[in-house]
Amino acid sequence: MTENLIDPAASNETSPSVRPGPTQPNPSNHLLEVRDLHVTFPQPGGAVTAVRGVSYHVDQGEFLGIVGESGSGKSVSSLAVMGLLPSNAKISGDILFEGKSLLGRSDKEMSKLRGEGISIIFQDPLSALTPVYTIGAQISEALRLHDRKLSKAAANARAVELLKVVGIPNPERRAQAFPHEFSGGMRQRAMIAIAIANNPRLIIADEPTTALDVTIQAQILEVLQKAKDMTGAAVVLITHDLGVVAGNADRLAVMYAGRIVETGTVDQVFHAPSMPYTVGLLRSMPNLATAGHTRLVPLEGRPPQLSNLAPGCPFAPRCPVVIEACRSTEPPLTVIGEDPLNSAACLRVAEIASGQLDRTKLYPVPEPVATAERALVAPETVLDVAGLERHFPLSKGSVFKRTIGTVRAVDGVSFDLRTGQTLGLVGESGCGKSTTVMEILELTKPQAGQVSINGRDVATLTARERKALRKEIQVVFQDPMASLDPRLPVQDLVAEPLTVHGVPAKDRLEKVRAVLDLVGLDPSMASRYPHEFSGGQRQRIGIARALVTDPKIVVLDEPVSALDVSIQAGVINLLQDLQEKLGLSYLFVAHDLAVVRQISDNVAVMYLGRIVESGPAEAIFENPQHPYTKALLSAVPVPDPTVERSRTRILLEGDLPSPTEDITGCNFRTRCPLYKLMDAPGKEQCRTQDPQPRAVQNSVVACHHAERIGLLAAGMP
Amino acid sequence: MSMLDEMPAPDATAVITDVVHSAKPVSRLRLVMARLRSTPRFWVGIIGLGAIILWAIFGLVPNAWNYTDLDIYNMGSSPSRLHWFGTSDIGEDIYAQTIVGLRKSLIIGLLVGPLAAIVAGVVGAVAGYLGGWWDRVIVWVIDLLLVLPSLFLFILLSPIFKQLSWVALIFLLAGFGWMIMARVIRAQTRSLRERDFIKAARFMGVDTWTIIRRHVLPNVSSLLIIDATLGVGAAILSETTLSFFGFGIQAPDVSLGTLLAAGQSAAATRPWLFIFPAAILVFTVLSASLVGDALRDAVDPTSGVNRD
Repeated sequence: MTENLIDPAASNETSPSVRPGPTQPNPSNHLLEVRDLHVTFPQPGGAVTAVRGVSYHVDQGEFLGIVGESGSGKSVSSLAVMGLLPSNAKISGDILFEGKSLLGRSDKEMSKLRGEGISIIFQDPLSALTPVYTIGAQISEALRLHDRKLSKAAANARAVELLKVVGIPNPERRAQAFPHEFSGGMRQRAMIAIAIANNPRLIIADEPTTALDVTIQAQILEVLQKAKDMTGAAVVLITHDLGVVAGNADRLAVMYAGRIVETGTVDQVFHAPSMPYTVGLLRSMPNLATAGHTRLVPLEGRPPQLSNLAPGCPFAPRCPVVIEACRSTEPPLTVIGEDPLNSAACLRVAEIASGQLDRTKLYPVPEPVATAERALVAPETVLDVAGLERHFPLSKGSVFKRTIGTVRAVDGVSFDLRTGQTLGLVGESGCGKSTTVMEILELTKPQAGQVSINGRDVATLTARERKALRKEIQVVFQDPMASLDPRLPVQDLVAEPLTVHGVPAKDRLEKVRAVLDLVGLDPSMASRYPHEFSGGQRQRIGIARALVTDPKIVVLDEPVSALDVSIQAGVINLLQDLQEKLGLSYLFVAHDLAVVRQISDNVAVMYLGRIVESGPAEAIFENPQHPYTKALLSAVPVPDPTVERSRTRILLEGDLPSPTEDITGCNFRTRCPLYKLMDAPGKEQCRTQDPQPRAVQNSVVACHHAERIGLLAAGMP
Repeated sequence: MSMLDEMPAPDATAVITDVVHSAKPVSRLRLVMARLRSTPRFWVGIIGLGAIILWAIFGLVPNAWNYTDLDIYNMGSSPSRLHWFGTSDIGEDIYAQTIVGLRKSLIIGLLVGPLAAIVAGVVGAVAGYLGGWWDRVIVWVIDLLLVLPSLFLFILLSPIFKQLSWVALIFLLAGFGWMIMARVIRAQTRSLRERDFIKAARFMGVDTWTIIRRHVLPNVSSLLIIDATLGVGAAILSETTLSFFGFGIQAPDVSLGTLLAAGQSAAATRPWLFIFPAAILVFTVLSASLVGDALRDAVDPTSGVNRD
């Protein structure tokens, strides 16, 4: 990590409203300086100002993180730097790169600068790479564009070299591959290779890991750090995930509603946040270090719409310490203490910084459900899954189909769920967790194995019994917008499960009002359509629909992963409260380990269609016994710079193998960090024998060498 | 994480309701209407179509002649004050005949377009939603109907239809006009089928027909509306073609097609016999197509400039 966290030469760089008069900062001090940037998009319904007066700077070799929720203007401001905004965007303010203004330059001049001076890494590497050219050709194209004297052969050789740098195995062969032949993580590595090809002075990474799994995310962040160290370039990392910046960035800027609302070093922002929004964001995020012990503190409301901003502080409607003045004047970015680079845009910043307003008490912690209201449940098994399998035949040819392989999406999964408990099913994308729950929800005879609900094997049900059983098991989907039919009003949507069971219309309406009230929605909104609600509210509608038949089991398929960070906490708390009040059992599917830690009693970790480790949440998170679980946990970024810096990561190599591959023995051994440390007989065992689940300490583990997990000496949080 | 450790719970009540701060959200229908209103094509089409329909209904009122009347004093006369569009060889008033023919063509067009769209919607949704053998059989039937030359079939079937009234023609035209749209609807339904809200309905135990009726058809309705509108023009054209060759509308009924057939030999010598019905036909079909086109661009955000 570079040491020039605070650049004394930049001491008078503050917000435009408090800029000290005529003594303009010498622009040549900074690599990139953005001054009072405004970006407006004219639209038929009125202009939308996406960026409203953003000023920041990046110095040589510095790592700046820009954090914000969707719609906060973080991407738009960086696209403005690259000159990549659509031509109808109106830009004002100034952008200086190495002392020279970038605004008003011709596209030709900008193109020369892009790649050589500034390069960008996009969120979705598939759409950022041209599908019809090989990866190698695209890298050498980037090279030859800026250095015309470079011969083709030399460019190709350099492309291979770059692929090697970003950690792509077999770079010579892989340079000849097309983008679709690469996995998501490898594509992002290739993007980084293109970005650093011409030794840029500044790399802008726009949500580079958002589309990736957590173990791949850890790899990519590592590569990004390496690329930064090699080229000496400054990096601007734009993300919504506070955890991602905590361990990597030097300085941080938090954006809200098109403005920077707080900026400082990572330690300043994470340990002593002064803007109530930052405080709330940090408190509302489930994180591995605190999850499970404390209740989340929701940040109520939602970000304002930039098309019609009310006067005053845009955060005022959500702020717990709002005062009258906040509603009329928008606070400027004010320096907090000694450090001129640490500032926040809040009228009460002095009170918060001095401790008059206690940061930890800014937000009221929601109380747990009173004991009197808790449902009493007898501990019995409500859902029992044994040896569940789901294989898909892989066929080729359009006229004469022939089977060329099998996708083992679910390959012998067993678990049980008890009344009033939550089982968290965790795994990376493609591990088969969604297929597992869909198989259960079908309530039909599985390909192999057994699914029992309330002790009844679903394979033996008649059609009528199956319909009756659907009352008992309901589902909440990931994306509330996709799971609610946009053409029906909320009352019809929520009442739909009741119509199936022949409930009369009058009772239906009553029940709908009751459940809407239960999930914290105003029953009078029942006649509105889903698109009139915010994301968090829509997910509440989804939950209401699941609860309307008074089920015993609710399957939650990634219920919060489509929601903004600040809204997640409210939904998670609601789910916890409902469980206590109604005695529900949850089957909770998620890829976000912190969320799972927060809500689950038991956890099952899936890898390639199998459960590799299961047990009580405490045991799994505190003391993982399977190398995959351990690697997964160490890959999750924790939004705390001190924890992030002190711990070591176990990086998994490569990507999730395709489920069509036949891996003999243990199917994790191709990526297993423990396998590499084993002696020859140990390796032999991994190669030949399929590990069966067995009890080790408090959890059930499918690993031959779980006892020797200590070899992976890693500092866990 | 120093500040995020355990902390005492203050006695504040958590307000759970999110507040919607936005102004009235724009509904899809309003958005489509707004886009339609800003398209000149739509206005040209809708005004043209409206004028044609009004003319077909009321056009005979100011005219002195009925379409069966024969004016034996003015046979084969050019357009005059007495006969606005002239007369035929046997003294029929072309203006009256054109209006009556237009009425028939419009009725056929306005019925066939929507009828074909409804068939396409139901068949396509069933094939797409049920999948499996249902899908294979339906697709096979669709492909079969598509490869058969429909004009040839019409000609083969025309002896039967000649004995029936012209209403049978509506069903014949609709029966051969739904296949392409049914394939489009089928493809749409197949992707809808994987959407979460359809899955959710299935897991709730909603039966297949209710899912198709409540969830699938409303979600493909925009496509069907476009198809119905575009189908009007196409149906008028097919009817005219058939009647032109003598396989559609039979005497004594008239349609634009029979008028064109009767007037075509005189197109060079006595152009009014041919030009007026032809111009009306072109104008009608053009108006219907313009409306359908504008509707498609307004509904489908990926077509043309309306990318959002």
